[in-house]
Formats: sequence, structure tokens, C-alpha cells
Amino acid sequence: MIGGLFIYNHKGEVLISRVYRDDIGRNAVDAFRVNVIHARQQVRSPVTNIARTSFFHVKRSNIWLAAVTKQNVNAAMVFEFLYKMCDVMTAYFGKISEENIKNNFVLIYELLDEILDFGYPQNSETGALKTFITQQGIKSQTKEEQSQITSQVTGQIGWRREGIKYRRNELFLDVLESVNLLMSPQGQVLSAHVSGRVVMKSYLSGMPECKFGMNDKIVIEKQGKGTADETGKSGKQSIAIDDCTFHQCVRLSKFDSERSISFIPPDGEFELMRYCGGGMNRYRTTKDIILPFRVIPLVREVGRTKLEVKVVIKSNFKPSLLAQKIEVRIPTPLNTSGVQVICMKGKAKYKASENAIVWKIKRMAGMKESQISAEIELLPTNDKKKWARPPISMNFEVPFAPSGLKVRYLKVFEPKLNYSDHDVIKWVRYIGRSGIYETRC
Amino acid sequence: MTDSKYFTTTKKGEIFELKAELNSDKKEKKKEAVKKVIASMTVGKDVSALFPDVVNCMQTDNLELKKLVYLYLMNYAKSQPDMAIMAVNTFVKDCEDPNPLIRALAVRTMGCIRVDKITEYLCEPLRKCLKDEDPYVRKTAAVCVAKLHDINAQLVEDQGFLDTLKDLISDSNPMVVANAVAALSEIAESHPSSNLLDLNPQSINKLLTALNECTEWGQIFILDCLANYMPKDDREAQSICERVTPRLSHANSAVVLSAVKVLMKFMEMLSKDLDYYGTLLKKLAPPLVTLLSAEPELQYVALRNINLIVQKRPEILKHEMKVFFVKYNDPIYVKLEKLDIMIRLASQANIAQVLAELKEYATEVDVDFVRKAVRAIGRCAIKVEQSAERCVSTLLDLIQTKVNYVVQEAIVVIKDIFRKYPNKYESVIATLCENLDSLDEPEARAAMIWIVGEYAERIDNADELLESFLEGFHDESTQVQLQLLTAIVKLFLKKPTETQELVQQVLSLATQDSDNPDLRDRGYIYWRLLSTDPVAAKEVVLAEKPLISEETDLIEPTLLDELICYIGTLASVYHKPPSAFVEGSRGVVHKSLPPRTGSSESAESPDAAPPGVQAGEQPAVIPAQGDLLGDLLNLDLGPPVSGPPIATSAVQMGAVDLLGGGLDSLIGGGGFTPVPSTTMPTNLGAPLGSGLGDLFDLTGGVGALPGSYVAPKAVWLPAMKAKGLEISGTFARQVGSISMELVLTNKALQVMSDFAIQFNRNSFGLAPAAPLQVHAPLAPNQSVEISLPLNTVGSVMKMDPLNNLQVAVKNNIDVFYFSTLYPLHILFVEDGKMERQMFLATWKDIPNENEAQFQIKDCSLNADAISSKLQGSNIFTIAKRNVEGQDMLYQSLKLTNGIWVLAELRIQPSNPSFTLSLKCRAPEVSQYIYQAYETILKN
Repeated sequence: MIGGLFIYNHKGEVLISRVYRDDIGRNAVDAFRVNVIHARQQVRSPVTNIARTSFFHVKRSNIWLAAVTKQNVNAAMVFEFLYKMCDVMTAYFGKISEENIKNNFVLIYELLDEILDFGYPQNSETGALKTFITQQGIKSQTKEEQSQITSQVTGQIGWRREGIKYRRNELFLDVLESVNLLMSPQGQVLSAHVSGRVVMKSYLSGMPECKFGMNDKIVIEKQGKGTADETGKSGKQSIAIDDCTFHQCVRLSKFDSERSISFIPPDGEFELMRYCGGGMNRYRTTKDIILPFRVIPLVREVGRTKLEVKVVIKSNFKPSLLAQKIEVRIPTPLNTSGVQVICMKGKAKYKASENAIVWKIKRMAGMKESQISAEIELLPTNDKKKWARPPISMNFEVPFAPSGLKVRYLKVFEPKLNYSDHDVIKWVRYIGRSGIYETRC
Repeated sequence: MTDSKYFTTTKKGEIFELKAELNSDKKEKKKEAVKKVIASMTVGKDVSALFPDVVNCMQTDNLELKKLVYLYLMNYAKSQPDMAIMAVNTFVKDCEDPNPLIRALAVRTMGCIRVDKITEYLCEPLRKCLKDEDPYVRKTAAVCVAKLHDINAQLVEDQGFLDTLKDLISDSNPMVVANAVAALSEIAESHPSSNLLDLNPQSINKLLTALNECTEWGQIFILDCLANYMPKDDREAQSICERVTPRLSHANSAVVLSAVKVLMKFMEMLSKDLDYYGTLLKKLAPPLVTLLSAEPELQYVALRNINLIVQKRPEILKHEMKVFFVKYNDPIYVKLEKLDIMIRLASQANIAQVLAELKEYATEVDVDFVRKAVRAIGRCAIKVEQSAERCVSTLLDLIQTKVNYVVQEAIVVIKDIFRKYPNKYESVIATLCENLDSLDEPEARAAMIWIVGEYAERIDNADELLESFLEGFHDESTQVQLQLLTAIVKLFLKKPTETQELVQQVLSLATQDSDNPDLRDRGYIYWRLLSTDPVAAKEVVLAEKPLISEETDLIEPTLLDELICYIGTLASVYHKPPSAFVEGSRGVVHKSLPPRTGSSESAESPDAAPPGVQAGEQPAVIPAQGDLLGDLLNLDLGPPVSGPPIATSAVQMGAVDLLGGGLDSLIGGGGFTPVPSTTMPTNLGAPLGSGLGDLFDLTGGVGALPGSYVAPKAVWLPAMKAKGLEISGTFARQVGSISMELVLTNKALQVMSDFAIQFNRNSFGLAPAAPLQVHAPLAPNQSVEISLPLNTVGSVMKMDPLNNLQVAVKNNIDVFYFSTLYPLHILFVEDGKMERQMFLATWKDIPNENEAQFQIKDCSLNADAISSKLQGSNIFTIAKRNVEGQDMLYQSLKLTNGIWVLAELRIQPSNPSFTLSLKCRAPEVSQYIYQAYETILKN
């Protein structure tokens, strides 16, 4: 198991050092600093073996978190734990920075004592932790309160405490998707996939039992069997989802057997599910993804000192919808000396420090087209190496889910308290963002 | 007010000031002072001098302060054991506190204080806490048992904590169950023989129930434990799989990977005809693909594992090529791993896409990545014949870019393409020759020289080209020198008239002016060959080359199977078994996949076939960079070129086996092949030694040299089972070398030839130190006696029984398998005599439960006779005592793998039965040592 956990600043100074196992000595702290943080080379692996000791590290801004072990630990678990540790710290004191870590070092030690015992991760849900790791010293808890805490930390529903009350029961559902695309210069989709998340913010009283439904093909086909008429209609609107992961509150065995998503939600914000679509699995073709934009590049080398670039972007969704925060980034060679740009819409600028032309458009409706052309002057070089021509990348935000996912319902039952599903105010929002959306040129 | 100020105090006299503050009456000031102490401790200052003052602050109602003091204690208690006792009272008191959080805190911290004296006081509170009414306390106590076991295993067993821990597996609270499982698994790992985690269908059922209810971490503990279970039949395996599959949609990647591990393992037991088998295969793909959308570090772990899964079951991901396409801003470690998997998944169906991708990658910035991409293009050509032409033209395009490292890499792979498809692409040689001057890396230079030598007859100015290399002969690396030597000899054999001078020049450079023994040896071999029999030289040097395989850098099957059992763990990231990077006894137990039951496959591959042994013809594998394995004549690999970093290098465990084959051609009768001794790992020095031993033995005459007892030969492989080949044999140890004495009898009607032998991995790494030499073909009804020298540097795998050895013997007719038991005394080494003092200390040091007692009946020898008899087999008598008329002999012996065994032999003059007590740190060998005693004494 994890033998020790260290946090360093960018210089390699130790901010937190907690050792869980006897086989990890103080020299391990230095070994990591010398061999990884101060290494001249770029990091070639997130797992490093130095003198039979393995170091796992993740970086958050300029802070290094390293877990150390001498055993054959579950590597995936160690990384998941490090991420979780970051989440917990963020939930307690905001951004992970040197300043914040130094200011909260006592708290961090307390947390580390609680969530890692002898190197074994324990309950690390912030909701539960915040009930008893407070930095307020010990409060005069009643016996009941104490046993409530312990049963929550160890219990089946470790993520929610009992006795939550809201005057207004409300919930927000955000379907957040990021579309990733890699297209060839000729417009052939090399890879396209959507990774999506359903994020829920719940402000519900008691221990509400929730059931979430979406236009999952399998479920709709199952239901549609009775009414053959409907299958034809809804079949089109349904999508196949078969690689998704759920927050630990979701009853997985129920999903496996009935494909129903039922859970008791944590209080506040959490990620209910994560899913992938499109090119990520073989049962679907990329046709199912709505690619919100198409980029058509045209690069022409005029002699050795000039490049002509023309890029057309086309929006491909309902005309009534508006895309926002559109940004096209056209890379330029390192030896660029000057750039002239003309664009139909938005603003375009050559940014020498980033080696790119950045073209920004605030809003664009569906089924529209826009164009930019640029002339790039190059300095003559005798560099043998050819310019690698990095792909043209794009950023945007659209108010729909490119995978086609739709929320059908979210039902809330709380048998003990007297509010019903109808009394809950529900909000649903779809946001599709660009992930890595690139077109080679 | 912020806490960061505590990090900045650096003034002198700090300790003194802190001392004063710690003893202050004001609570706030005290707390401040303790915080400063902890901050100093974090940055590595020694604040142990403050021990008593800090411990004094422990008695407090302030939980925060208490936790800080505990943190200090955990760090320094070991350095001040006597002072640490001061804290005991508070702990014991806290364990009785009404607040469960305080009780748990006390028991958790106490377990972390690794002071022997404290652990005694810990037992009572721990016992109570294990039965506490509050689950939070119980789950903490469960882990505490593992902590205590780490400090004092004996104590934990004596106090019966293990049984209490086992009971916790049936606890009503899922987190208690999960922690108990984690603790038991860890304890069981350090006691491989014990049956601690007594998993049976009932307990498995409990675990599966808890799996649905506990935290994400608990699920990982439980799944990892389940993976060690061996279901009794395929139905049980299937029902466990069914209950584990829902975990594949968990948000935590570690839960997913651990579930994949359980499924991959249990799948072995399912019949391929089963519908469920297909369903399961389909279910595995999406979660593996989903892992690739996780954070980059996890992607890396996932990709390393997918690399294994793709080798084990290519069908799972064969349609998922696109997800492994590299993204522009993937971290380099993700890019390199993706590339590896792309090559593995490349097939005729997707090759066009893959090639287009690889071509893109070859223009990227990162040098390692570009090189790997170029290499990958070459691999595609070798793997998918239809694409070879396109690959070659892509490579030529890349050579035109003139980017130095791209060109060099391309040349290295083109050499392999030439070997795979002879007489097809030689037209490109001209283009290659243009780039001769730009090659500055040994591997590329060597490859180019090989090409020139191999195709000397088609290159008009081959002699000039090679001569140009010859000028700086002594500045070249060994790899290039060897290659140049071979190439020029090839050239000479092809165009003898024009190149006589050149060949003489290179031979004299290699033999007279070089310090490198390998180079000299090879030079002399060529020289003699050429001067004695040019025709034979031609046959040897220009011999037909063996095929090269399509797949590259494959992990050896037994290692792969073992690694599959370690999915998700570090072993799967390093692609090495845990024993390669974990110290001590932990993790040394080998894991293996369950045997397939009731499957249609078992008919095809008989159970007798040991998994690692494939005596049939295997195409040679293209060596990975830095691999010692080379095709001797054609690819000279010098000393390994700067090995890849540990974290990414794959271990080629197959090396030993394949080298066996290499040696075959070296010593085997008939053709005499020059072998660069660089390709021979040092550990193979053994055959020479044993050869000398044999020689010595012959001259010394019978009985002149006392050797270990040798049992009469027994029939190991009856002729009935081996198409007329009968093998009988025994094992012997003489003058420090082990040998297998074999008699091969041909009871068939046809002549037998081409004998070869291989061992499966076994408990002590026994392996043939030389190939099986049968000089002439074996005529019908003829027998031949062979002494096969053995060494113990082979791969190790624990067998049951321990001394089981599975052997494969090949001849021109077929491959045959048999297994035999070897007497353990052949493994007793000559320096097994322990110092008296050492013996006493060791005897005391080995725990009593490791002692085993045996009776040796009906033996009429006296103590001295026994001593001398045993000494002949390297069991040394260290002391002899006479206690109340009984003779006590104290003896020691050492096994080849360094395990010491201590023995006490009690001999009563009147009684023909002796009592043998054995003590050893690896108690599982005791029984076999006893058997060895029996055999030696009674013969």
C-alpha cells in the first residue's frame, strides 16, 4: 500500500510529508526531488522507480503531489487517490497553491490521517469529512451526533448525512459534453468522440430516492415493445450509451440488470455520470455525433518565404441555436516575420508569442459559414527540419448535447417527508464544448 | 492569521524558545508551539529534542492539538522508545473514551508507534476496539491488526487477533468488511503458505454482497482479494463474473481495472463455446476504452494494462484502433504507449488508417516519439504483407526529409524488411547508400553495413563502401566492428578476387589490433574457416537465415499470464513480476491463471504440456533495443545500447529459453557457427565449468571424488507414450555441478535425430546449462547415455510438489513432455557449512512454528557414519553433543537459491529410529529435505 505522501512546491521544497510505512525513509523525500522535480529532462512517466522505491506523482499548477511505495500496490488506485486528495483539498480551501497549503498544513495532516490509514484509502467524500474534520477543535457533540457521524462515514450512504432540510426543494441538471475531433485536411473524420458528464446540484430535504432517465436506446426499445407505433418515432431520437461510469451513489447492479439509474444523491454538487459516445465504440458510427463545426483549411506555400492560408468554418446545427465563444487557432511557422489577415466576421490577430493566428467570433448561428484568409511572410532559414504543421484547433460552446443525449425525467421520492416529485423545482441545461477539436492542414 | 508563518522561522535558539512555549500555561501558545514543531519536522529539521515537552501536551481536550501531538509521536517514538512509554496511559485512556472518534484515533495512532514496549500495551485496547459497538472504531481496529502484524507477527498470532479479523469479514458494516479484507490480504501475503484468507463459496458470497455497498476504495480491496480466489468450476466462475461486471461502470478507474482483472482471470475457466463467454468479451471493450478519457496519469496506467490485455486476448479491442490514435497534446508517456498498442492492433483491415497516422507522427517534434513512429512503420510492413510496399515507400519519403534521426531509424527497420521479404525491395538500396555519411548511430551504421554485406553482389562499389568504414575501425563501437567484420567476409566469399586485400586487412585489425575478445574470437573463427575450408565457410557465413516473426517485443507467455493476474498494480505498469522490484518476501508468491476447465481447447493442448515450453520451431523475434538476443550471424548486437528507463522497459524473460536454442547451434554437432560471446549472458558460464567437472571425474576414477548420492536411473518417459523414445534418468551432483544423467533408447523402427531438451520454469530455476548433445542419429534399438549439465539460473516458478520438474524433449519425430521429481540434495551447495555462532543465532532467530519434526526409521548407522555419509551430500555437521546417552548432531545445509536449513538429528544408540528437527525460514522445503535425508541415509 501507499508508504508515504509528500507535497512539494515548484522548487522541490517539502510542504507536507506524511509517512505511513516503515520502509519509507526520509531519503525518499530527497530522491524524488533530485530525480524527478530537478531532473533536466521532461517527465517521461508519471511512475518512477528509484532504488526499488516507486513514486507516483501528479501536478496541480506548480505543486507536486507524490505517493511513495515499496510494494506492488494497485497503481490505478494510487492515482485515483491522489486526484481525490486534490478534490478534498480544493473543497476545503480552494485552489491548490503553495500559499494555501502552507496556511492549511495542520488541516492537511488531519485529513491525511483520516483518509489514509496505514496507506489504505478510507472514506474520502468531502460531505462526510466536513462533518467532523472542521478545524474548530472538538465541539461538544452529543452522543447521537457522534454516532451519526460514524455511521455516515462507514455506512452504505457515506456521501449523505441525515436530517438535511430545505425550505425549497430544488435541483439542477447540467449535461456537459466535450466534442473531440481529429479531421484530415480532406475532411475525413479520423476520430471523433464525445465525452460527457451529467452534473447534478441537489438541494433536497431528507434522504430522497432519485431516478434518472435519458433517451437510452436500450431502455426505449424495451419500453417500446408494447406500443410498436412509438418505436419508430423514438428510435430516431434515442442514442446508444454503453460505456458510461457512475458516481458511487448509483446502484450499479440495478443499472446492470434493469438499466435504470437510481440513487440517493449527495447534498450539493456532484458528477452523476460520465459517458462516452461516437468513435469510442464499435456499435455506433461517428454519424451519430453532431459535429457543430467543420473547418476547411487551405495552406499554400508560395516560394520559400511566404505562406497563404485560407480557413472556412461552417456551423452545422439548427439555425435557431447560437454558438458562443468561438475561437479558431491557426498555427504559424516559427520563422514567421509578418502576417496579414482578413476575416469576414469577428476579430483575428497574429500572436507571435504563441506562434498562431487567433480568430475570435462572439456568436454564430447554425447553418452559417465564415472565412478568414491570411498571408504569412517567412524569414529564410537554413533549418533542414521541415515545419511540423500542427493542426488547426477550435474552441466553442453550443447549447445542445452533440451526442444527442436528452434527459427524459428525474423523479424524486422521499417517503418519510411530505413533499412529492411535483414539488421539486428542476432545471436542465445542455452545454456542448469543444474538447480537442482539430483539423490537420 | 495564517499558518504559513510557521515555515519561515529559521533563527537560532529556536529549539530553546519552542521548549519554553511548549511549557507555557496558555493553551493557545502551546498549540502555536506544537504547530511550529510540526512545520519544522515537515521540512526535515530534527526536533526530536523536544520529545518530553511535546508529549506533555498530549493530555488535552483539544482534539486538534491532540492530533498534532500524535503526529509528532508517530515520527519520533522510534528514536526515543523509553520516552514513548509516557504516552501509553493516555492512549489506553482514550481507547475508553465515550466518543467513538477519539477511541478510533487512539487505536489508529497507537498502531503507528513502532516501539516494541508499546505494542504490549496495545493488545488489550485493540481487542476491545475490534469488538467495539461502533463500526468506525471496528474498521480502524481492523487496519490496526495489520499494523501490529508488521511490527510483531508472532504477537498477533499468539493473541488470536487473526481469528477476530476473520470474523470481521462477516461484519454487518461494509467498510469494516473491506478493511478486514485489506488487512487479511496483506498479512496473508507475508505468509504465503498459511491459509489465512480461507476463501470458500460462502465467504466469497459475503464479499460479493459487501462489494455492492462499500466505498469505492473498499470495492478495490475486495476485488483485488477476489482475484486471488480459484473458483472450483466454470459455473462458479461464471456466477462470480456476473456479479462483478456491474463494477465496470464505476467512475473510479481503479475499481474498473480491478474488476477487469477478476474477469480476465476467471474467463480462463469459461468455455469459449459458452454464450456468456462472448457476452463477457463484448462487455470488456467499452470500459477499457472509457479509461482513455481519464486523466493522463491514469490513461498511462490503463494503456500499460491494455498492452497486456491486447496480447492475451486480442479479440477484445481489435475494432477499437481509432481510440488509440495519438492526440497532439497527449503527454509523451501516453503517446508512446498508444503507439505500442497501435502496432499490436494493426491488421489488414485497418492498416491504411494506421499508416496515415504513423506518417503524421513521424513529423512531430519529440525525438523518441518520432523514432518509435518510424520503427512502427517498419513493423507494419513486417506484420501485414499487403502493406509492405506502401510502408517501404513511406519510409523512403521519410528518408528524403534528411532529418538525421529519422533516416537512421528508417534504415534500421528497412534492414528487417529485407530479411522478411528477400529479393523484393532491394531496388531501394541505392537510395539508402546515399545516406551513408549521415549515419552516426551505431545501430544504424551496423544495419547499413549489414545491408551492404548481404547484398554485396548487387552493389557495384560495395568494397569501396565497406573500405570507407574500415578507416576508422578502432573508433567504431563493438556492434559496428563485428558487423563490419562479418560483412567484409561475406563480400569476400561473394567476390573473392577483388577483395582479398580487404579481408586480410579486416582480419588483422580484428585479431591483432583489437582488445575486444569477442571481436578477436570472431576474427579467428573466420580466419580459420577461410583458410581451412572455403566451401564450409560459404555454407556457414552465407547460410539460410531463419524467419523473423511478425509480432515484436511480445511478453513471454508465462510472464504474460502472471502479469494478467496483476492487472491494475505496479507490476502491470512495469511489465515485470513483483519479485523484480519488491524487496523481501512480499509479493514473491507467483500467481498464475487458473487452468481452463471443461473447455474444447483442452483437447488441443494436452494438460501435460507445460505452458512455457514450446519446443517447436519458433521464428526468431526481432530483438528489442538493448536486448541481448540476436540472430547471431545477421544482426550483431553489441553490448546493449543505453537501455530504456526502468519504468518502460519490458523484460524479455524469453531470453534464457531462446538462448538455449542459440547454444544449440554453437555446440551442437555438424555445422560450426561463429558466435559472438557478447550474446552469451555471463550466467551461462556454467556449462564450461561442468564440462571440466565431467572431465575431471573421468580421470579421477570411480569413488576418488565423493559426490552426492545418485539414485539408480528410473524410466521417466516410457516408449509407449513417446512414439518409441524411452527416456530414463536420474540426477547427480558432483564437484559443485548438477547434472541430469539420461539414457535415451530408440525403441521405434526409424532413426531418431535432432534431439533437444527444455525445462519448464520450476521452483529452483533448474535449467539445462548446455543443449542435449546426441552426436550421431540414434538407430533403432540403440541407446545412448548422456550427462546433461544443469544450472539454477532459469526462471523460477513455485511448483507443487516443490521438486517437480516438467521437461520437454524434442526429436525429429515429435515433442514429448514428462515430469519428474528431483531429489533436493542435488541442490545442496558445497559452502553450506555454517559457523557455530551463526548457527546458534539463526536457530534462535527462526520462529518456532517453522520447525518441523520427522522420524527416520530403521537406520542402523552410528553418529559418525551418519555424519560422513551426509557430508558427502553437502549436509555438514557443525557440532555433536551427547545428552543423556543420546547423540545430538547439529547440521546445516544451503540450497542453491541461498536458503539455509538447520537440522538437529537425535540418535539413540538402542533405537534404529532417529528424530530429525528441521528449521528453515522457508518451512515449505522441510518435507523435501527430510526426504533427501531418508534417501541419503538409506542408500
